[in-house]
Amino acid sequence: MDTRFWTKEKCKWRRKVLPLTAFIILLALWGTIRAQSPVDTLPPSPPTEVTAFDTPNDAGKNITINWKLSTDDGAGRNIVKGYDILRSESQEGKFEVVGSVVAGISTFQDDKVKNRRNYFYKVRAKDHTSSDSPTVGPVQASGQWYHKGKTVVLIFVVIFTALVIYFVESAKKGKKLYVRPIPGMDAVDEAVGRATEMGRPILYILGLSTISDVATIASLTILGRVAKKVAEFQSKLLVPCYNPIVMTVAQEVVKNAYLDAGRPDSYDESNIWFLSSSQFAYAAGVNGIMLREKTATNFYLGMFYAESLILAETGNIAGSIQIAGTDAVTQLPFFITSCDYTLIGEEFYAASAYLSREPKLLGSIKAQDWGKAGLIALIILGGFFASFHFDTFINLFTVGH
Amino acid sequence: MNIYEKMMSIDRRILFILIAVSVIIPLLKPLLLPINVTKEVRHLYEFIDSLKPGEAILLSLDYDPSTMAECHPMALGILRHCFGKGIKVMVTSLARPEGLGTAEMALTQAAREYEKKNGEDYVFLGYKPAPGAVMLSMGENFRLAFPNDYYGTSMEDIPMMRGIKNYKDLKIVITISGSGIIDTWVIYAGGRYGVPIGAGVTAVMATDYYKYLQSGQLVGLLGGLKGAAEYEKLIRHPDMATKGMDGQNMAHLLIVFFIVIGNIGYILGKRAKSTKGK
Amino acid sequence: MRRQIPLAITFIGGVVMIIQYFIPHQISQEIYRGVLDWQMIVGGFVLVLGIGSLVTHHTEKVKRQKEGWGYSLVALLGLVMMAIAGLFFGGMASDKPFMQIFIYAQNPIQATMFSLLAFFIASAAYRAFRARSFIATLLLLAAIIVMIGRVPIGAKIWSPIRVISNWLLDYPNMVAKRAIGLGVGLGMLSTALKIILGIERSYLGGGK
Repeated sequence: MDTRFWTKEKCKWRRKVLPLTAFIILLALWGTIRAQSPVDTLPPSPPTEVTAFDTPNDAGKNITINWKLSTDDGAGRNIVKGYDILRSESQEGKFEVVGSVVAGISTFQDDKVKNRRNYFYKVRAKDHTSSDSPTVGPVQASGQWYHKGKTVVLIFVVIFTALVIYFVESAKKGKKLYVRPIPGMDAVDEAVGRATEMGRPILYILGLSTISDVATIASLTILGRVAKKVAEFQSKLLVPCYNPIVMTVAQEVVKNAYLDAGRPDSYDESNIWFLSSSQFAYAAGVNGIMLREKTATNFYLGMFYAESLILAETGNIAGSIQIAGTDAVTQLPFFITSCDYTLIGEEFYAASAYLSREPKLLGSIKAQDWGKAGLIALIILGGFFASFHFDTFINLFTVGH
Repeated sequence: MNIYEKMMSIDRRILFILIAVSVIIPLLKPLLLPINVTKEVRHLYEFIDSLKPGEAILLSLDYDPSTMAECHPMALGILRHCFGKGIKVMVTSLARPEGLGTAEMALTQAAREYEKKNGEDYVFLGYKPAPGAVMLSMGENFRLAFPNDYYGTSMEDIPMMRGIKNYKDLKIVITISGSGIIDTWVIYAGGRYGVPIGAGVTAVMATDYYKYLQSGQLVGLLGGLKGAAEYEKLIRHPDMATKGMDGQNMAHLLIVFFIVIGNIGYILGKRAKSTKGK
Repeated sequence: MRRQIPLAITFIGGVVMIIQYFIPHQISQEIYRGVLDWQMIVGGFVLVLGIGSLVTHHTEKVKRQKEGWGYSLVALLGLVMMAIAGLFFGGMASDKPFMQIFIYAQNPIQATMFSLLAFFIASAAYRAFRARSFIATLLLLAAIIVMIGRVPIGAKIWSPIRVISNWLLDYPNMVAKRAIGLGVGLGMLSTALKIILGIERSYLGGGK
């Protein structure tokens, strides 16, 4: 008898039977496993502590729904896939899904509601099956007339405005106010005088920002004062502009300054023109003007970006006197290395007051000093409280959006 | 002029030539020194990497040709990362009208590499003046600021825009820029509408924005060509920024060398003068 | 009157926008949106003003053949050429003249201008960083550490340099920046208040 397992004939037969046997065994095995672990058909536990309220500090038409996560979300059986938020206009009415969030999220803002209308909400935890929270409501949406999250800003603005008004008033009454010397601004007379002596023009750059930037506005106020001196000295002032709106305002400012100096006839509008609103095309244009016109003095006052060094270094090569001032902290080192005088940050904002020596303007600088003293005190207090994890104090300064 | 004075006043043209040489030679013959990844770049990479396919971001390519050398590799890096992961990208260019051309170049190049379709995988909204105002209107509804995309297709006919109304429907806004537009994004889109902001910026501007990283107002920051090279390393797609790194290495070393020479001249000159005086 | 009306407009506009900031109500938002819309509209129109100014300035120079009038002519020709390319030769498509000029002329020219920065930084740094005093020496050392620490080769030369460079950027640098920033913030607020309250009126003329 052939006892070998794999004879040719046996092989043929066994090849047919073996896979079949294997299949039956696998099927039985799978059935056993299935029987031992039945599909989890129980719904997840529902979200609890659902609250719905009018979203605070908003324009209206918005209701916030918060809930406590289902005990099967991230814990328990951990089967929750997400949550549906359902809304109805009556407690017993038809609830419709108005939004969904993924598991782990416990808040939703419904921005498809109308103001002053009652709404009811339910939150549904979802798996293969689902379970609903109890209904909450009624809740109405409405817009607010005051943003409570901005109270800290309001307090600061009120205090600072009061300080400005107080010091301006006391300066008007003749109180002497000391302002430390700002060398850059002391040099304005000398710089304008030098240009007149040399018979070369003065270049004034208002920065590369728009009229809505306070730095541009501050620069325009200084331009008014510089232009008046230029008019008095009968020198030439060139103001190539980066922004057409700034150009229009600059033309008015210079015109008024010339008028004020009693030399309206010397004003030439074509000396305040639009050059380019492309950053490096503007830099190239200004560099060209410096080298061709051999400007005696260059003022760079306003907001500057990466072109600052290209402008200031070219002016340095051309041998002009250069006075810069900006609140762009990154550009300050470039101006300091290439210019004769640089107004740093707030010095730049104080320059107009400093040039005019008008008591009421100097009063506002005094208010700035007090504002700064207040900030320093708050920073020290904040540092102290933060070191002891007393967050309530720090949270007082959180501004809502 | 004695030797010390000469060391202190090297002609700037010599400096310029040597800087040019120190940048060009490594470009032709790269050394490919290893690039270390900084945490601010890693944070932005990890944020994008954690997004799921189908989620959307806004990428504002707010740079123009002038800062292209630094900003373009950043844009490509982020676009490649997003397209590779199946993330949908809305693209705007809000700083300057010239930025439109560069933005489109970056977008079409990355889309071609990953075979992505306009309107389905990405949408190019283009440029509109007054960036602050545009950012605020996008916070209400993208359709207010851009009723049509750059190619004139109505937003209602763009499949990708279904379900995207405003910043709330996006995971992050990333701006790549050589100007101060990042502040506007942080204040308006981040501050007012609470969307996370990431940024890429030229090296010369980068130090301005570390403050936003510390305060958490920026998710991450790519600073200059090095930032772009780090991103290329993270997405394992070395390109122009990686190639440019050697040049940057050499130029930095050269500047330091000249500063040292100038100072040696200054110190020795002073010493020689005081010995003479004695 | 000539000064009173602009001052009144500035005052009312400024106060309304300050109040608006604290009111989230829809009416306030609509006013704000209106202001934004107008800003966009004005933004569009001023471009015309800008081009007008540019054309007048350069035409005048060419007409009177002032020094350097050739450059003005090039500027005018460039303006006209780009406008024609954009309007009549296939618009903004990437294979049309407008984009071709943009890609092959404007791109390299602007990138060249920006790259000047590398040269100027070298010359400015060489001139500025001298150990003239103790403070200047500190600045010089900090500059060298940051310069080397920020490029990959820095870590090759001396690995802790990266950490020191980051520390310099994150702390001393940031402290100085924040301090200047706070002063700037107060300066901005004070300037804005001075203008809104009509204390600063040099922009209208009539200051001392």
